[in-house]
Amino acid sequence: MPMVNIAGKDYEAVEEKVELTEGHWEVVNFLREYYAEYQIAPAVRVLTKAIGKKLGPDKGNNKYLYELFPYGPAKQACKIAGLPKPTGCI
Amino acid sequence: MSDMDEMEDGSGIVKKFMFLNRKAPHGTVYALEGLEVVLITAAFDQDVSMVFTDDGVYQLLKGIDTKGIEVKDFSKTYRALDGYDIEKLYVDQSSIDARGLTEDDLIVDVTVLSVSEMANLMAEQDVVISF
Repeated sequence: MPMVNIAGKDYEAVEEKVELTEGHWEVVNFLREYYAEYQIAPAVRVLTKAIGKKLGPDKGNNKYLYELFPYGPAKQACKIAGLPKPTGCI
Repeated sequence: MSDMDEMEDGSGIVKKFMFLNRKAPHGTVYALEGLEVVLITAAFDQDVSMVFTDDGVYQLLKGIDTKGIEVKDFSKTYRALDGYDIEKLYVDQSSIDARGLTEDDLIVDVTVLSVSEMANLMAEQDVVISF
């Protein structure tokens, strides 16, 4: 079972029913870096744009990100990353 | 996740919102809450301007360290505004002068305006909200 390390503790990533692939980790780690730098979790639009800038346009689009995280890339990926819900996410 | 969907049915109305930030960053919740409202407003694709005046200019100070008071240092979040397409940041000249500050003391690029320039800008807005 894939493990997620949050604040030094390992958790199984079963609750979200997501098999964490390398692609998922790229997004999760990106969110953590973003949070460390700006102290907020980005809104979907901002995340998509920022991923596109860093990882290329084939990853910085809604289709790719929603395939990875079907419950919404910002909300679900933030949860797995151990971050608060994105600001503006209702 | 929903902000993407919400934008579609907003029927494309864009208003000019100005957010006035007048208080020091910590001690009250105004600055942090105001910042959050700004981010939400931007997520709805509105035209957003932010003004920092009076003690509000302290919100943009470089090198803030909140360890001693055990609250979150959200000053870094002002640097994320660019990614939200919020580029209109204004600072009141007399407020920074009165506090012995210059643009170089601030964590983001701003436009410094005189009182009369600020009044003109304010008159152009559809909505002005003060924090």
